[in-house]
Amino acid sequence: MQVLYFAWVRERIGVPREEVETSAVTVNDLVVELRAREERYDAAFADTSALRVALDQELAEFDAPLSGVREVAFFPPMTGG
Amino acid sequence: MIRVQSEAFDAGAELNAFSTQAAGAGAVVSFTGVVRDVTGGLSGMEIEHYEGMTEKALGAIRADAMQRWELADSLVIHRFGRLEVGEVIMMVATASKHRKDAFEAAEFLMDYLKSRAPFWKKEITADGADWVASKDEDEDALSRW
Repeated sequence: MQVLYFAWVRERIGVPREEVETSAVTVNDLVVELRAREERYDAAFADTSALRVALDQELAEFDAPLSGVREVAFFPPMTGG
Repeated sequence: MIRVQSEAFDAGAELNAFSTQAAGAGAVVSFTGVVRDVTGGLSGMEIEHYEGMTEKALGAIRADAMQRWELADSLVIHRFGRLEVGEVIMMVATASKHRKDAFEAAEFLMDYLKSRAPFWKKEITADGADWVASKDEDEDALSRW
């Protein structure tokens, strides 16, 4: 699946998007897999309460299932307006 | 109508066009957000967004407003990319037969696009750049609707 990062999450991880091969069942499982990759991921996901997640461009919770999802995005709380 | 763009726009001209097109509505309310220099050291702002989700989220927020209030029309324009101090970031406008509907719907649109539309602001100063932190009160503002 495509994993996208925005704002400081993108800066910390160093890429705006990447293809990730995963068998993670939920978003939380995917976060555990990503954190185990490298220090930059571990740092970006250290506090998921400071993050939001969207599944196929809809806001979701971290315990949401990833079944059928093609695009996962991680970002800080939004600051529009 | 929803517009997400990097180009600058003339909020006055947009409002005039919106008001003309919504003729007969009687009440038009608008809000314009401008890049402000609170600390005196801001050189500009960089706005990042999630292309695709932004348009979907704004469309859903606007559809929700159109359903909750009696509106003839509503408009949301939001910029992304580099903006200078004094430039218009975004505007919303609502048109209704009723003043109350126009005001409330405009506030609703503002509250939701502040914390439910995927935009992130970064303030650029001479010392560097910092992401703007979200405020608890922006999240709390949603609970009144």
